[in-house]
Amino acid sequence: MLYFSVPLGKLVRRVTRLRGGGSAFPGLVVEKIDPGFMQRTLSTLPLGVAVVSGTNGKTTTTKMVVELLESQGLKVFTNRTGSNFTRGVAAALLGDVDWRGRLNADIAVLELDEAHAVHFVNRVPPRYSLLLNVLRDQLDRFGEIDKTAQLLQHIAAKTTGTVVLNREDPRVARIAETLNGPEVRYFGLHDSLLTTFPNDDDLRAGPGSPVPDLPPKPHADVVLRRVGADDADFEYDGATVTTGMKLRGVYNIFNAAAALVLARCVAGNGTTGTDHGGLLKALSEVAPAFGRGESLVVDGKPLDLVLVKNPSGFRLGLKSFPAGGYATMIAINDNYADGRDMSWLWDVEFDSLRDGGVDQVSGSRAYDMALRLQYDEVAVGSVNPEIVPALAAFIEGATDKPKRIFCTYTAMLAIRRELSKITTVEVVS
Amino acid sequence: MTPLSQDEASSAGSQETGSKGTIRVLQLYPRDMNIYGDWGNVLVLQQRIRWHGYTPEILEYNVGDPFPEDVDIIVGGGGQDSGQLVIQDDLLSRESALKELADDGTPMLLICGLYQLFGRFFKTRTGAVIPGIGVLDVETHGTDERLIGNVTVSSPEFGDILGYENHSGQTRLGPGVRPLGTTAKGTGNNSSDGQEGARYRNIVASYLHGSLLPKNPAIADFLIRTAAERKYGSFTPGAPDDGYAELAREHAARRPR
Repeated sequence: MLYFSVPLGKLVRRVTRLRGGGSAFPGLVVEKIDPGFMQRTLSTLPLGVAVVSGTNGKTTTTKMVVELLESQGLKVFTNRTGSNFTRGVAAALLGDVDWRGRLNADIAVLELDEAHAVHFVNRVPPRYSLLLNVLRDQLDRFGEIDKTAQLLQHIAAKTTGTVVLNREDPRVARIAETLNGPEVRYFGLHDSLLTTFPNDDDLRAGPGSPVPDLPPKPHADVVLRRVGADDADFEYDGATVTTGMKLRGVYNIFNAAAALVLARCVAGNGTTGTDHGGLLKALSEVAPAFGRGESLVVDGKPLDLVLVKNPSGFRLGLKSFPAGGYATMIAINDNYADGRDMSWLWDVEFDSLRDGGVDQVSGSRAYDMALRLQYDEVAVGSVNPEIVPALAAFIEGATDKPKRIFCTYTAMLAIRRELSKITTVEVVS
Repeated sequence: MTPLSQDEASSAGSQETGSKGTIRVLQLYPRDMNIYGDWGNVLVLQQRIRWHGYTPEILEYNVGDPFPEDVDIIVGGGGQDSGQLVIQDDLLSRESALKELADDGTPMLLICGLYQLFGRFFKTRTGAVIPGIGVLDVETHGTDERLIGNVTVSSPEFGDILGYENHSGQTRLGPGVRPLGTTAKGTGNNSSDGQEGARYRNIVASYLHGSLLPKNPAIADFLIRTAAERKYGSFTPGAPDDGYAELAREHAARRPR
């Protein structure tokens, strides 16, 4: 089996790519004929495996960790295609191993969906894990937010080296109490930024309701102190450093603190020591991942795509990208990948859009969204559930203005497909 | 289709002059029982009270707070198992006050978790019995089966009710309540009898979120009308624009389970 599974898997990968097929199928094939393939291949890496999981920001954080580690001269394997489950990892491995199954890398940094991560870590215990947050997302899949926290706890428990936790998310920080094996490190926020990041517990209570007393917080290795228009301050090793940032969105910049903690752990365990200047330079150059605050150009004006998939993400998106001067479109679909329950829209406040209104509302749940805006007294230009004509009308109606589209996952795929006809868009299969 | 315009909305919002009176809405346990857009139900009541020409006052009750006086509408939401544990003792300590309000005809909306806890008991999968406050003659049994998806309910009072369910507790109604309606799509109270929700006096209890009231303004207006009639002897409605609500209902009804 072992002798032909890799060549066969690579062959299947080539054929499916030629046919334009799904990115994970070759992974499925190799998993079937050689179930030990992934575990065997990853176990050869000198610095092991790092798993990144949590509700929001996995893709961008993984990208940051990879680029930070590469700045330290490390060869990094990652699941870049966005298949963030086991089969996707196997498929990505097939692309990177040589025909004899050897992976030329020092470490694997893998983005894993919470539920799939559990299966993955049972087979491949990671040396590092980075757990970002537990937010209300796809409750229709995971059932309850506390259940999602248990999934992350399991990833932490299987970690053999260091677990990096978000100090500001109570459900993530609490995981530390349950661990006795791995070392625990935290990333955190300066007090002045705490109100910028409401967690789901704050979000649940109405405005102005009292918050119960919280226990004192543990020390964080890296603290985000300040977020500027195109720079940020981080505090670590007792000093504050300022760095330029290409990434936008306060949540991305907070996750940069997370990526720094993990990268410092990994680099500190390497042979050459950490090159701090190199880390910061790499951080300043990280560009947004697919659909995560990407800026395209249409008619010579910027068009930002902001992916929204849960209340906290939408709230942060609205907060991070002020509406002033922008034409705004919102596209809400309710397919499985978007989340099917529309309740989440009612946990987002849209007052920040009241001044300029929303030009176009689209998606299969366009009227749910328009109704939501009506109750927040936000004027709506027009509503069309069909994304293609809505997008065309949006672009035509605001040629002189920069534009911003808030969209759920499958709406974003449809919008990118359309935009690729008129501008340069990275197409991800 | 014109939504409420900016000007209409803000003039409807400033109710200082010419208000038909104040209506006080109490949200129960927003800190611990507010997971599926329950704020949406409160927001819809707040805005529609304005649009009908009254002045809304939104109050909150959390564990340990003094219970507010003169409440006209009570809204209770859904929570996770952990939230239900936090509020359980406090809720039991308010049993007689809430029963009195219910029997007196106070309009209430109870969704999911508080629907269950306003019943007689919740028996978990492991056999543990969590007592409810028995305002509603219903009992709930935890199961391994999670009922998830879009729901359409036919109700004799409110017409079609549209929403989304996500629960593993299955509820059975006793003779002291009647169902809110029967399910045309989805499951509702339990996987066997095709009934959804419960009605008792002026209480509407349901598993549906989405949130429930935005797409079902008939239920919101029932709560407001009942509150106004009880407090002021009569209710003279305003004319909220339900154009988007109608279209959202039509589109939601066509979505797959």
